[in-house]
Amino acid sequence: MNVWIAIGLTAVGCYAVKLAGLLVPGSVLERPLVRRLAALLPVALLAALTAQQTFGDGRELVLDARVLGVGAAGVALALRAPFLVVVGVAVAVTAGVRALL
Amino acid sequence: MAHETAHTQRPDQPDPADAKPDAAVVRDALGVGVAVGLSGFAFGVTSAGAGLTLLQTCLTSLLIFTGASQFALVGALAAGGNPFTAAAGAFFLGVRNAFYGLRLSQLLALRPAVRPAAAQWVIDETTAVALAQPTRRAARIGFTVTGVTLYLLWNLTTLLGALGAEAIGDTEAWGLDAAGPAVFLALLAPMLRSAVERATAVLAVALGLGLLPVLPAGVPVLVAALAAPVVLYVQGRRGSGPGGRPTVEASEEEQR
Repeated sequence: MNVWIAIGLTAVGCYAVKLAGLLVPGSVLERPLVRRLAALLPVALLAALTAQQTFGDGRELVLDARVLGVGAAGVALALRAPFLVVVGVAVAVTAGVRALL
Repeated sequence: MAHETAHTQRPDQPDPADAKPDAAVVRDALGVGVAVGLSGFAFGVTSAGAGLTLLQTCLTSLLIFTGASQFALVGALAAGGNPFTAAAGAFFLGVRNAFYGLRLSQLLALRPAVRPAAAQWVIDETTAVALAQPTRRAARIGFTVTGVTLYLLWNLTTLLGALGAEAIGDTEAWGLDAAGPAVFLALLAPMLRSAVERATAVLAVALGLGLLPVLPAGVPVLVAALAAPVVLYVQGRRGSGPGGRPTVEASEEEQR
């Protein structure tokens, strides 16, 4: 049930902000501070999520094969690899390290 | 999934010399739509690994249809977050789409009746393709073709990914728990353009990891979001601030 609540709330909220952008007068969202905050918010969220899903295990911080996998994805990104390759490298390295250890 | 796009002419000032063949626009749009659409597979696998049922996974892609929010949602649920904090994190990640919508409504000049239907496709990729086109006609074609291609493929590959994850069983043995953070990293990397973005990312990582052991699941990432207003505030206090360079959103604004 909790999962359905989460999906429902997220679906309604995400659709509402998409539609709002198409409907609201430009002046509301054109204020520089609002724009800059909106541009910076995903940076904060994505950085925190990347770190948590790399080092987090429930409510503990751990070092496991994911660290090497995500690190390899970082190298792939630096080499300008396409999106799917980046994700594939992370999965393959993580699986490889788990198989070896 | 945020693609870098070349800055091109304003679409409301079409120059006949810039007219782009429709076929070229369709080709660009299909390229983005197919490449990103395929990564729905990673979402399907991650969502199934997080414990969502096949129906829940597919409805997430059909109804939410904005990748970062979807990964954040299933990640938070997998970590044991309550539905409200999980939804809040996903929602805040989706807020940027409102700003894409703002740009697109000026660019595409959609009729009011079409807007509710077009809204679901207002995401990183469709915006990137539409903004890269030289004329309004090309922008409309680019938006529509990218939207259709991506919506169909993203949902199809979500289904296949979820089925695949169920078939292989232990997703961790296959390293699939690394797909989520790799997706986030790939989305984040192109955003780290200046010292402001990097300072925000570092502060958010410190908050996200530091608070993980002490706050309920899903809450630390919401607190980490405060890194954005904090860094903007500190930058404002310092005048030009670290790096001085405004974010791309702001600098594009100045070009108008």
